[in-house]
Amino acid sequence: MIQQSKTNLEIEKLQTYIPGFDDISRGGLPKGRTTLVAGTAGSAKTVFAVQFLAAGILNADEAGVFVTFEESPDDIRRNVRGLGWDIAQWEADGKWAFVDASPEPGEEAVITPGYDLGALLARLEHAVRKVHAARVSMDSLSAIFTQFTDTAVVRRELFRIVAAMKQIGTTAVMTAERTQEYGEISRYGVEEFVADNVVILRNPLEGEKRRRTVEILKYRGTLHHKGEYPFTVMPGQGIIVIPLSSIELTQRSSQVRATSGNQILDEMCGGGFFRDSIILVSGATGNGKTLMVTEFVSGGVKAGERCLLLAFEESRGQLVRNATGWGMDFEGMEADGHLKLVCEYPESAGLEDHLINIKAQIEEFKPNRVAVDSLSALERVSTEKGFREFVISLTSFIKHREIAGLFTATTSTLMGGPSVTESHISTITDSIVLLRYVEMLGEMRRGLTVLKMRGSPHDKDIREFTIDGEGMHIGKPFREVTGILSGNPVHLVRTEAERLEGLFKEEAAVN
Amino acid sequence: MNRSVLKLYVTGMTPRAERAVANLRRICAEELDGQYDLVIIDVLENPQLAEDEKILATPTLIKELPRPVRRIIGDLSDKERVLLGLDLCRALAPVATKGETS
Repeated sequence: MIQQSKTNLEIEKLQTYIPGFDDISRGGLPKGRTTLVAGTAGSAKTVFAVQFLAAGILNADEAGVFVTFEESPDDIRRNVRGLGWDIAQWEADGKWAFVDASPEPGEEAVITPGYDLGALLARLEHAVRKVHAARVSMDSLSAIFTQFTDTAVVRRELFRIVAAMKQIGTTAVMTAERTQEYGEISRYGVEEFVADNVVILRNPLEGEKRRRTVEILKYRGTLHHKGEYPFTVMPGQGIIVIPLSSIELTQRSSQVRATSGNQILDEMCGGGFFRDSIILVSGATGNGKTLMVTEFVSGGVKAGERCLLLAFEESRGQLVRNATGWGMDFEGMEADGHLKLVCEYPESAGLEDHLINIKAQIEEFKPNRVAVDSLSALERVSTEKGFREFVISLTSFIKHREIAGLFTATTSTLMGGPSVTESHISTITDSIVLLRYVEMLGEMRRGLTVLKMRGSPHDKDIREFTIDGEGMHIGKPFREVTGILSGNPVHLVRTEAERLEGLFKEEAAVN
Repeated sequence: MNRSVLKLYVTGMTPRAERAVANLRRICAEELDGQYDLVIIDVLENPQLAEDEKILATPTLIKELPRPVRRIIGDLSDKERVLLGLDLCRALAPVATKGETS
């Protein structure tokens, strides 16, 4: 009995084909129902409403009716051209119909009591029949409340429209204006009668940056992912939602090793990095991070792999010159099609846009390994939360494709200590390599250690390394210094060092 | 005197629509001396006409002639406001100020 009612009452969903939205809504919008999409000015409500129809036409050949209460149809046609949608063509093909309920400039009607919005409903039903619409968008309800000031009448009429849509079986989106990002759902209490489903679009200012998010507040009788998800509006694509916590940890893990490009580092890691692992290289400025990236990339190319290098700190020219200085020919590798360099200024776009660009580059080039130099540069253009979401999203994306990823992070102090980047992402990464300056007897030397290597034994020494025209040379462990990682190296007298070493050997034997 | 052309949009012959038609006929008979053409359009039968005229609410009365075009929404029970709204208030001007106190 319970089983039966469960299957009968389960609400079917209509795939919106808005990228990412179907993930967070677990399949799309409830079919045959009306969903309220509420947001402040500039929160991309109209884009959502237009895209709901556009995506239906493009992906499922489902026709749509757009009721506009605010902008004229001409304005909408023009405004969404940049998003890649040709409404006029769809209208000609009988896939799209407008119901123009926008206020006519100049001509003002005298409104006296005793009216209803029956004509609007009749026109909407007519348009739905005309194009056999499966989808309806109404944008935005607030405008109709300013045209007709008797809110009781408007509410009653909207309720009739929602009921009529349900009866016809079209899936509808209604947008409504909000006055603030966090507070009552919408002006005029619209949600009271279309409240089966409520989606909220936000565009708050956080630390001088706008960060768009979408939240499914309410989905009556059906499941959805909770909380706010970042999204972006991309030219030529429209809204792209970045589904974060819906990412599942289902990636397979590989036992295949991938070379770091440096033989000794491979040995320290127990034979190289794992092929589908994320490696974080952390170090102060000028400490050899970019060199490690270069070796990682050229090591991959030598092994016949395809490598994608995303640089956010240095220009293409600088990267090629640096690589040449270490005896590696980036331009040649690129000409062979084994390497692709993408250099971008972090400030050129928002972090969400960078993420989508990076994903597009990966989809297109299909690399075996990806290097990002550096994550810290990207952190500049984002909020703390936005950055963490970016890293989670990117790492899960590349892990799913069994790509090895090497990210660099710059520490804020010269002599070690943690960086913000590290503390955000260290738990997500599989391996961490620390590069540190070591001050010894009035000289700056370089130290390297493998801090973490998931799923494999690794060398725990802090080794000295040098950089010359042939790249990185990893040498012997620092035996007479302690406190390197904390940034306070202390020299030990040899006897003390030996005594300590002996101590650890004894311990190891006991274990 | 110019002949008036009036179009009344209704959604089905509901009691409200019938009330509006009756009110309008009465006003016309009293004020326009038969110098008018009245067309009643049911939006349910002619949704495309409503689309072209961008009618949202019903009843909506459109006075097409004489110019300027005027629209009035509601069941037309308030004769004074109808005449004012339609710019046909010349005969009624002294009465129109009757109720105004402010």
